[in-house]
Amino acid sequence: MNLAVRDIRYHKGRFILTSIGLGLLIGVVMSMGGIYQGLFADAMSISEATKADIWVVQQRTNGPFAETSRIQEDTKYRVALVPGVAETSPLSFQTVQTERNGKLFRFFIVGYDLKGFGGPPNILAGRGIKQAHYEMVAAQGMRMKPGEVIRLGLHDYTVVGVTGKMVSSGGDPVAYVSLADAQDIQFQNDNDAIRNNRERIARSVAGIKTLSPTQADLLTRTLTSATESTHTVNAVVARMAPGANLEDVQDRISRWNHFRAMTDAEQNRILTMGLIEKARMQLGLFRIILLVISTVIISLIIYTSTIDKVRVIATLKLIGAQDRVIVGMILEQSLLMGLLAYGIGFCLIMLTYEKFPRRIVLVAFDLQVLFVIIMVICTISSFVGIRKAMRVEPAEALGG
Amino acid sequence: MYAVEVDNLTKIYGKGDTAVTAISGATLQVKPGELVAVLGPSGSGKTTLLTAIGLINEPTHGRVVIDGVTVADEGWTTGLDLKRVRREKLGFIFQSHNLIPFLTAQENVMVALEINGVGKKESKDRAAALLAALNLGHRLGNYPSALSGGESQRAAIARALANCPKVILADEPTAALDTENGQNVMGLLKALAVENHSAIIVVTHDHRMVEGFDRIFQVSDGRIINGS
Repeated sequence: MNLAVRDIRYHKGRFILTSIGLGLLIGVVMSMGGIYQGLFADAMSISEATKADIWVVQQRTNGPFAETSRIQEDTKYRVALVPGVAETSPLSFQTVQTERNGKLFRFFIVGYDLKGFGGPPNILAGRGIKQAHYEMVAAQGMRMKPGEVIRLGLHDYTVVGVTGKMVSSGGDPVAYVSLADAQDIQFQNDNDAIRNNRERIARSVAGIKTLSPTQADLLTRTLTSATESTHTVNAVVARMAPGANLEDVQDRISRWNHFRAMTDAEQNRILTMGLIEKARMQLGLFRIILLVISTVIISLIIYTSTIDKVRVIATLKLIGAQDRVIVGMILEQSLLMGLLAYGIGFCLIMLTYEKFPRRIVLVAFDLQVLFVIIMVICTISSFVGIRKAMRVEPAEALGG
Repeated sequence: MYAVEVDNLTKIYGKGDTAVTAISGATLQVKPGELVAVLGPSGSGKTTLLTAIGLINEPTHGRVVIDGVTVADEGWTTGLDLKRVRREKLGFIFQSHNLIPFLTAQENVMVALEINGVGKKESKDRAAALLAALNLGHRLGNYPSALSGGESQRAAIARALANCPKVILADEPTAALDTENGQNVMGLLKALAVENHSAIIVVTHDHRMVEGFDRIFQVSDGRIINGS
């Protein structure tokens, strides 16, 4: 006869309620793990979708995902000429925060060369960008449908397609536009600023008394053109030709002035170790704290439950029950509680994880490890109850 | 052979100045099928005597023999599995029935059998038969909370009888019952002593309940002062 199951059957209301409470706690622990895996997946999503072998970025920077990196767009031609490089594509990245339907609307813009790569990895609705200007492909997370229009900078952009769950390392959904549009959004000044800039340059040039009017006019136009140029990108990505040596290409580009060439693995390491390391540690600490809390709670529940059963335990001892019968009753009850709580937590997360504002990625191995940890915690927690039970004297069954 | 032999049993609680002698030099023998009462006021030492015979409380001095097995001789017998002796040779009936609240009446009897290694099917059948014999056949699936005081005590008696013990020890078995139910329980114990050929030792302070007992031991201030 399984005494643990009989006790649970008799006190099922209390047992279920306790397990639900514990299940909610375990659900939070699971979600923490899911958030961590989600952070990882989010951080990697743009990098993985780009499928680049080499990232060429501004010298002495860690690339566009870690800090500001600006290089000239035409660097793509220079990189393309390096032996072993099959294709290149300039990319622009920036975070935009605007207002939509009366609410703050934050997303991440990726500008890519329509003839190159680095655009949306797939199209779930609508189509990809076909025109050089004013078209946008939005990630699912933006909740925009094809045909919707959004104003960015000086122009309106029409959503022509929807791609999958692409997000930035900060968790903001991604919008793809042409490189020219992305450069406009990022670098194009408004008309007043342009007028002010031209006036400032004209006055500066006018101050140079040695220039002839023709020279002054030429210099003014040259300076204006240079300062109004938007042909800047954040990175140029390259793919290798079959059989090419990645390290050779990286070494060659690294010898150039003003550039740093990072392999995709290095880029990913910066993304994971640099950007989400603190978040990972924080989540890890939270998980540990929650598991400690779970241990304390389970211990208290089992201890209280044992205290409630002192007379039962004394009676069992008096009628000659072996220690294993009493230890089994307490241990099995603790394990069954952990099992039910884990199941409740698992169901809770499975039903809600898609509704979380940030991506939750549930990894089977993580869940299995957590299950083992919960079972170990339940075993350890039952020790306090078992210790108490072993100290109960059979004589306590006597008397009124 | 006696079912229970107690020879010069002494139990002292504490040491030195704080030592209290609960029972001193108690000697008694109970034959199989004999119904014996240990009578005395509260604090007289009768429960201490019962717990020593029940292998719960280690005697300080003296000898205890249960069904031919010396369980204590100046302390517990070395190497003896006391729990096993309790399981196989002793049955207990308590003041408050002490049924396990989360087990049905039938399961309460079954648990005593299963602890003693009886299979599930057999223990279920034997428990049902025992309870039916004690007029609880209609209460097999009821939890103790649904049983009356008298029914609970009968279920507890069924549990005590489950393993056909040589000795049944009853600690104030009628204390929580009204007079009618108390007399019924005592009547039942008398019948069981004869039917099962078990030695039954009943500790009580109620003189009214010991009519018809084979022998009555009076205990006062830790000493058996009268054994008739």
